[in-house]
Parts: sequence; C-alpha cells; structure tokens
Amino acid sequence: MRKLIIPILLFMSLLAWGCSSSSKKSNANNTQAASAQKSNNGLTAFQLKNGIGPITSVVKVGPLNKKLAAKGKQIFENNCSSCHQIGKRYVGPDLQEVTSRRTPTYIMNMILNPSGMTQKHPVAHKLLAKFATQMANMHLTKDQARAVVEYFRSVNPNTQK
Amino acid sequence: MSFRKLLKNILLGGIAIAVTALMFSGCSSQKGEIGNQDAADQVYVPPGKHDKFYSFMSGGWTGNVSVYGIPSGRHLYTIPVFSQDPTNGWGYTEETKAMLNTSYGYIPWGDTHHVQLSKTNGMYDGRWLFVNDRNGHRIARINLKTFRTDEILEIPNMAGDHASPFCSSNTHYISAMTEYSIPLPKPLGNGVDVPIDSYKKNFRATCTMVKVNQKTGRMNVDFQIEVPPFDYDLGRFGLAMSKDWVFYTCYNSEEAHTMLEINASQKDKDFVLAINWKKAAEAAEEGKGQIVHTAYDHNYVDPRTDIAHSHVMHDVRVLSPADLKGAIYFIPAPKSPHGINVSPSGKYMAEGGKLSTVVPVESFPKMLEAIKNNDTTGSVTSGIVGRIPILKYKDVLAYEVKGAGLGPLHVEFDGKGHAYNSAFISSEVVKWSLKDGKVIDRHPAYYSTGHITIPGGDTRQPYGHYLIALNKITKDRYLPTGPEMFAGEQLFDISGNKMKLLLDFPVEGEPHNAAEIPASLIDTGQVKYFKLTDNHNPYVTRKEADAKVVRHGHRVDVYMTAIRSHFTPDNIEGIKVGDTVYFHVTNIEQEWDIPHGFAMEGMRNAGMLIMPGETRSVVWKPQRKGVYPFYCTDFCSALHQEMQGYVRVSPANSNIKIVYGTNKDLN
Repeated sequence: MRKLIIPILLFMSLLAWGCSSSSKKSNANNTQAASAQKSNNGLTAFQLKNGIGPITSVVKVGPLNKKLAAKGKQIFENNCSSCHQIGKRYVGPDLQEVTSRRTPTYIMNMILNPSGMTQKHPVAHKLLAKFATQMANMHLTKDQARAVVEYFRSVNPNTQK
Repeated sequence: MSFRKLLKNILLGGIAIAVTALMFSGCSSQKGEIGNQDAADQVYVPPGKHDKFYSFMSGGWTGNVSVYGIPSGRHLYTIPVFSQDPTNGWGYTEETKAMLNTSYGYIPWGDTHHVQLSKTNGMYDGRWLFVNDRNGHRIARINLKTFRTDEILEIPNMAGDHASPFCSSNTHYISAMTEYSIPLPKPLGNGVDVPIDSYKKNFRATCTMVKVNQKTGRMNVDFQIEVPPFDYDLGRFGLAMSKDWVFYTCYNSEEAHTMLEINASQKDKDFVLAINWKKAAEAAEEGKGQIVHTAYDHNYVDPRTDIAHSHVMHDVRVLSPADLKGAIYFIPAPKSPHGINVSPSGKYMAEGGKLSTVVPVESFPKMLEAIKNNDTTGSVTSGIVGRIPILKYKDVLAYEVKGAGLGPLHVEFDGKGHAYNSAFISSEVVKWSLKDGKVIDRHPAYYSTGHITIPGGDTRQPYGHYLIALNKITKDRYLPTGPEMFAGEQLFDISGNKMKLLLDFPVEGEPHNAAEIPASLIDTGQVKYFKLTDNHNPYVTRKEADAKVVRHGHRVDVYMTAIRSHFTPDNIEGIKVGDTVYFHVTNIEQEWDIPHGFAMEGMRNAGMLIMPGETRSVVWKPQRKGVYPFYCTDFCSALHQEMQGYVRVSPANSNIKIVYGTNKDLN
C-alpha cells in the first residue's frame, strides 16, 4: 500500500508546488526587501549621506583642481544651465554653496540618478516637492559628474582655495 | 495481498486520484472547450509585464502600421508610414515632409497591405519591417530600433502594388508585383494614352526585384520582369530547398478590363507564376534586357542629419521572359487563387483557392521534376517578349485539401506539420495535416477572415503557439460606434490538437496582414533617446546659450531649445506679417520618454513632438499683427502648463528689430 500512496502524495505535492511557486517567490522578494531596511527610510547611513546611485563609495576631494573645475564649468553650461544658475534660484535650486550642503558623492549621485534620488532619498524628495519639476537626467559620465562637482567647489566662497 | 487490502488500496488510490484531478483542474483546464477563466489567464499580461510577441499589422487605409502586444492584444504604438500623422508631425515637419514625395508630388496618404519582417537564413532577424502601399506602388522600410520609417521607394512601370513587399530568405531582395496592369509602351514609360478596351493588345504587368543593402538597408530597384497582363494577387519567396524561387498567384488570366467580378471569373483555372529569382538576377547582372528611362521617387532619411530627402531616379533594367529561359513558369491553379504560402521546409506551396472549394498544395520537388522533363501544356505569350511555359496542374500538385471551407484565402504553418487556412465566405479557420491535407479541426471566426498569421509563420521554424485571424467584418463584436468601426481580430491558441479561441481585440484601420516576432528579438535594442552630441541637424541648438532668431529677408529661423519646463527663447519680437517663420526646436533632454511638443496659434500645420535629443522644424506664416502664444503639447512635468511663450507679430512695413530671450524683458 505504501508503495502506491507515496508516489501519489509526491505527485500531489509537486502539483501543489507548481500552483503556488509564484507566490512563494514574491514572499522571498519581500523578505529580501525587509532585510535591506537597515536604517532611516530603508536607506543605509552611506546612502543618507552620499545619495543613491552609481557612486557607491565615498569620492574624496583634495585641493581645488582648477583645470578640472574649468572642464566642469563647460559641462555645466552645456547640460545644466537650462535649469540651474550660480547665485540664484532658477528652475532648480541655487548651486553656489551646494558643496557646503552636500557631499561630493551625493552631488554625483544626484546628477547621475536624479529620478532615483527624488523617489528614494528624503532630502531629494523634499526638493522635488518644493521645486515641482523633476531634475533631468542628462546622462553624464561619472568623470563628467566629478568635473561638475569641482566646478561647484570653485564657485563656493567657503571652499579652501 | 488480500482482497480486503486490495480494496483498500483501490479506495485510497481512487481518493488520491480524485484530489489530484481537482487540484489539476484548479491549475489549468484540460477540457476541449476552453472556459472563460482559462482563456483570460492565457491572454492576461499583469500590470508592468510585457507581452511575448510584437504583432505588426498593416493599417490598410490608415496608410500606417500599428503595433500590438500578443497575447494581450494591447495597442502599443502606431508607426506613421505613408500617411501624414498629426500626432507627431510626420509628413508635416521639415525633417519628414520629403518622405511622402512621389513622382506626382506630395501625397499625404497610402494604403498599406502586407508587412514582411527581414530575415537571415529564413528566420526573423529583427532588423527591418517592410510594408507596401497598394495605391501608390511604394515600399517602405521601417527601422525596428526606432520604429520609424527610414525609407520609401516608389516602384516605376506598374500600378496596384498588391503582391508586395515579399522578402527573400536573406533579405537580399524585396519584390513588388503589378495587380492592375497598365499600358506600357516599348520602351516602357509612364502613362500611355490608349483606349481601355485595347487591354489585351497594350497592357502589361511587371515584377520588380528591389535589392536591399545588407549594411544600411537601403533599397534600390535592381531589375524588372515584364509579364502578361493578369492581376497578380499575392506572393511568397521560397524557403530552404525552394529559396531561389519566388511564387505569385494571379487572377484575371481572362484579361478582362471591366466588370471583373464576372469577367475575371470565367476560367476554371488561373495561375501561379514561378520565377527563379536567382537566375533572373544573374541575367540582369549579365546585362540582359533593356534599360528603360522612367522617373520615380526614392526618399530616405539621412542617418547623419535625421532629415529625409527625395531623389528622382531614372533608369531601370527590364527583362522579358525571353531572357529567362528555364527560370519562369506558369502553374495552373483553381480558380482566381488569392494567397500563396510556402511551407517551412520549402517543399509545399499552398494557395487559397478563393472561388474553388479546394486548397491546392503544390510540391516544389515535383515542380522541378516537371521542369526537368520539360512536361508542359502550352505557354502564355500575351503582352510579352518570349513565352512563359505552362506546367501541368497534376504534375506539380501534391494534393488538394478538401473541406477547407468556402472562400479559402490564406494558409499559415505552425512548424509542427500542420497548416491552417482562412475561409472568408464560411467564416472559419481550418486546420489540416501538411502531410496529406486531411482536415483535423475547424473553428468559426467572427466574421469573414482574410489573412491569418502565426508567429514566424513564414519562416523555416515558426514559433507557433498562437494564430491570429484578421477578420474583415466586425459588426456586433464590440460596443457599437455608429456606422464605422475598427476591425476585429481574434487570437487562437493552436498549441493543442484543437484550436481554442482566446481573445477578440479591435484594431485600427483594416489590417490586411500581420507579422509576429518574439519580443526578445527587438526589445533590448530599442533607441530610447537621441544623443545630443550625435545630432547633426543643421538647425540644432545644443544648449540654451546657442538659441537665436535669425532673419534673412522674409525668412526667419528660430533656433529654440526645449527642456522641462521652458522654451528658449520664449519671448520673440520683430516678426512681421508676410514672414515665413521656421521654428527649429531641439529637445535638449537626454532621458527616455521625455518628449516635448510644440504648437503655435494660427500655424496652418500640425503641431509636432520632439523626442529627447532631436531637432524638429515646422513652418508658420503669421497672417495678422498681434501677440501669439505657443506652448508645449506633451505633458512633460508638473510645470508643463507653464511651458509657454509669446511671439509678437508687427505689420509688414514696421521697422521693429528682432529681439528674443527667456527670463528677461526684451525692451
């Protein structure tokens, strides 16, 4: 008798597994998402300070690199000046002292992943609510974003020059 | 084992089986007739998920091509091709206007009939989609990376390009074929003033071979073949063993020129025309035939500037059947056949018998055998130089499918040894064995099915699983919309022995034909935006600092940028009544699905959509003095309403200078 019943039970459990495998999968995803919630708003301390995006380790800056800043100025004028000005609010915030408010890494992530930042980062999300226009992704490279950070440092009166 | 134990075993086993069966039916029905819930499950694509197949449907009199997702039947997009499209400015903007030029000048409309996907080694490769315009005898090539029409080629020396644009196994050639024969003098030319009833004496048809550049896709009329003045209806290139041949059906071998519904239905048999295109191409290459001077338009988008240009082409090489000995034959076919389709192995050619009660299926090996034996029954000579031998029907026939329904039009293949035909008059789809033509299954279709299509149905290895019936009559299938309505398509599951009707879905225009390709062959290669650094439109404005307004006499060019959520410049003065103003708007966004639109009051033109990174231009001729607003038509951001500007128009004789800007007072 056992010989007969065991295969049948096995078959039944296989079918049951076939029916419910998709819901198990979504449960697994939820668990994974829950375990990622380490701190505030589900963000890690790194993300809170340095933003969410392709830059996942802290970008360190040294003394002001004037050559890089000049390159950044060019990139800023071609890609950002439609919405940002130095010294006054325009479509987006005034960026003159942005390097005093945010880390270089945060700024780069904001440039490289603007919609991800406004959706997930509480500070960027607040800015979206204030300015109402989603910041455009101009698809700059990491190197270009780094140069723009140097330009921001060069226009900030608080930067050690 | 005792009797009692055996009984217990049977009892327990029976319960287990019953429970299993219950669970099984909970998962999916195995019944012959499909339940509503099961059908719904099969076509349901959850929110945010994608369909398995793209279906490209010719729009018929929309002149365009519509794209649907299968199995959901969701309408994904409409690709403007031969018809102006005010949705995005196709045929209205300076960059796209030239695409609709013909030898008659600008024509804003077309009649798309058949779509063909490009192939490599007899399989879809996801490069291009070709579609014909029956009325204007044109063929268009659509780029499947952008879903845009990149090229339109007018075919000379013909009318009624219905049997078109069929594609060879490796996309070396696309063919066009005359439906409405016209008088073609020797040498050929356009439009000949002769009495219509001199049809038999003066009228002729041509078959055109369009060569496709494998790197760029660029099409060119390579050569034409003069053929007798019958109405060529549909065609297909061979596959695998028959890949060097192309086959066309024809009706009106009676050569009637009036009341064709009676006069072209007199004979019991019309023909399939079989041409060895490879040998014909060799004959053309050797310089056979004559060069005919004609004029036709060839329009294509310059890939560097993204601007369409028209080129008037002239010389065409025309071969006659006398140049194609051993490479061109007629095969008798009953009676006014419509479609012809080649089986995946290339062995069978199956015709829709239309006015016949059978679907004749011809054998390619038997055709070669008959040719080898020179076993002919006379020849056709009317209207051509030379003769086209007629093979014997019985010699080439593999079998006739009996019980294929009334008015069989088209045949498709599932790659598992089955063929399916549509039956227009009896309004059904009939399934039969490709081996012997024995009917296996039939299912009613609502109503009057024309083409049917199976994913990959014209390739060496069809993807199968689904069949779509493209129905010609909709009537009561959906909520009524007055006397006019969309066409209704029906999706069948053909994975089992019996066809199962899954879904009705309404579609734009009248799709004569469709082609389905696995989404994975196209979706990953999509262009999402155009790189500003690659924009070489001569009127591009890459950054706001470069925006300007330039006057040259009465022409004013506005170099304008658009980004969420403002135009630069957004205030312009110095425009005068009588000026011709070109707005060249560059969308300087670099992000997927952030188009901007442009609309101007009093502009006798369509508005336009400008995709990220591209430049589009429209013309405005201000008629009255005043101040006129313009605005973005695509809801681009929360401040989209604020994306607006003004143009001041002064009298023609005023001295006002051009001034412009954004976020400043001009005076």
